Amino acid sequence: MSATDGRHLRVEALARIEGEGALDVVVRDGVVESASLQIYEPPRFFEALLRGRQHTEAPDITARICGICPVAYQTSAWLAVEDACGVTPDARIAALRRLLYCGEWISSHALHIYLLHAPDFLGYDDVLGLAADHRSKVERGLRIKKAGNAVLERVGGRAVHPVNPRLGGFHRAPTRGELAPLAEQLRRALDDALATVWWVATFDFPELELPHELLALHRPDVYAIEAGSLLSSGGLAFTARDFSEHVVEHQVPHSTALQATLDGQRYLTGPLARYTISSGLLSETARQAAADAGLGATCRNPFRSIVVRAVELVYVVEEALRLIAEYERPDPPAAEVPPVAGVGHGVSEAPRGLLYHRYEIDADGRILSAVIVPPTSQNQAAIEADLAEVVSAHLDLDDAALTSLCERTIRNYDPCISCSTHFLRLSMDRR
Amino acid sequence: MSALPTLAVWKFASCDGCQLTLLDCEDELLTLAGEVRVAHFLEASSAVLPGPYDLSLVEGSISTAAGAARIREVRAQSKFLVTVGACATSGGIQALRNFADVEEYRSVVYPHPEYVESLATSTPISAHVPVDLELRGCPIDGGQLLEVISAFLAGRRPDVPDTSVCTECKRRGLTCVMVAAGTACLGPITHAGCGALCPAVDRGCYGCFGPMTGANVPAMVTLLRAGGMTSRSVDLVLSTFTVAAPPYAERRSKG
Repeated sequence: MSATDGRHLRVEALARIEGEGALDVVVRDGVVESASLQIYEPPRFFEALLRGRQHTEAPDITARICGICPVAYQTSAWLAVEDACGVTPDARIAALRRLLYCGEWISSHALHIYLLHAPDFLGYDDVLGLAADHRSKVERGLRIKKAGNAVLERVGGRAVHPVNPRLGGFHRAPTRGELAPLAEQLRRALDDALATVWWVATFDFPELELPHELLALHRPDVYAIEAGSLLSSGGLAFTARDFSEHVVEHQVPHSTALQATLDGQRYLTGPLARYTISSGLLSETARQAAADAGLGATCRNPFRSIVVRAVELVYVVEEALRLIAEYERPDPPAAEVPPVAGVGHGVSEAPRGLLYHRYEIDADGRILSAVIVPPTSQNQAAIEADLAEVVSAHLDLDDAALTSLCERTIRNYDPCISCSTHFLRLSMDRR
Repeated sequence: MSALPTLAVWKFASCDGCQLTLLDCEDELLTLAGEVRVAHFLEASSAVLPGPYDLSLVEGSISTAAGAARIREVRAQSKFLVTVGACATSGGIQALRNFADVEEYRSVVYPHPEYVESLATSTPISAHVPVDLELRGCPIDGGQLLEVISAFLAGRRPDVPDTSVCTECKRRGLTCVMVAAGTACLGPITHAGCGALCPAVDRGCYGCFGPMTGANVPAMVTLLRAGGMTSRSVDLVLSTFTVAAPPYAERRSKG
């Protein structure tokens, strides 16, 4: 088919993303008629099965929504339940939680940069092909990832679905001596992360400028990860408690799509949003690395998200080192969280964007209702709009090249479909 | 190149955590890549080779008609099929629907439930096709996964003992949390493999590897009740990531 006749680009099973998705683009008379990221991941009904469970179980159960970002789920869950119960664990527990979350960011960002995303820029099918020609680079990525997992294991007890965190804090807080060996590994990871920024900055980036509103957590003191309130690039500010008043999921007529909008507008969460809103709060090392890589104070080109992730990687490695250096062992390791009837809200920055939880519990701690809004469902509308824009700008490419560019466009967002199955457009079509 | 055995990784209803456990073997990943040809592993590679496959790792449970059809194709293409994780070996936490009304579940989560295709149950792979080996855990243990792959490559039986978490806990020299602190612990009935992670952080085992063969569930329940747990708490702790494993499912059906 020629560009004027109409073209149908389709990838049945997207590779190097978390979960199962397809992409489908239809072009007619040189105009993009539709561009969709379709989801065929089977639903697992977490919001339904959480009802009747005890409030203390929410972190362990919701961790199982995503094997890549279980700490994000645990964090948003305990924030929401603790909000409902009116409990705020002390600063030492908060610091240990931030360290745990840094571990997840290090591991997840290293996974995405080296194993999922870099092969796109260098023309490989996967990290194994990349390693055949650039073994030392891949070894560097694996070292960083291993350092992140070491933090998760030392603080959380396990890298995937950590066992040590609990509502109120931790079952057992590590001693200073137990955390010390992590610092050595992280110092090496800091050098590796800086080298990562310089490496990815040399990649070629297609031009694309996102027009969307950007939404991220923000705190005045540090780059927001495990807590904060919401701030948009347009200056809209609100707390987790008002999340559902601003972020609304609409049913699109004649479709199963639920598209999240921010005050009626399409919006984007994730690294570009965080960086654009809070780049001034990054450490000096991370800001210098960003400047060296050619990033300004904001970044709206999704193809450059790999550079932003690398800069964030520098930041979280350094932040983990700071938290370990300043660590004071919380005693007791957890605050008691007796149930109080009511509603609680929690939002944190998963590596790929905002993750919101809301629970209603009764006086005995039974969960009466649960709402979970994962990052990729918030980003889906923006991803599809960018897909349409990228296709429009590159209609001169043949189908194979254009399809490959579409896949890259989707991978820019590090979509996590296992997480997002609850809300994304479902398509069982496997033509 | 063609002499290398082929490895395929498949996903059904799951969180991706067990596949990630393979990618988390940072020290072994590149060595492994020299011993097998990765023929199908969508989470990691765009390259997809046609079957048959020498070794298939299957993550996730069967919860849709399409999944039930696809696992038969995977089985037909696989010489040796290993299921990895609680979803693939027992149906996962999403098997809570087996004991509820799935129509009602659908309507709670989706405004237009009629568009969402899913079966009334979430079932293990072994309920659909013959399975050569099952690896437990939510998620699986990376060391056990490497043991299974190494054993396959060497043509020997893997060393994945079907004993309780207690045996691993004793071997680590940990103090028994139940005896010393009165903490409820499912270690005595839970399949080994994690290395007693929870007792190591002063937590009772919460059973994410599922029941071991011959688990004495009634005795465990008596012990938990004697320790002060309410019958509802006991029901909840036995209704998580391996809720549909036979010893737990049978207990539920007896009410």
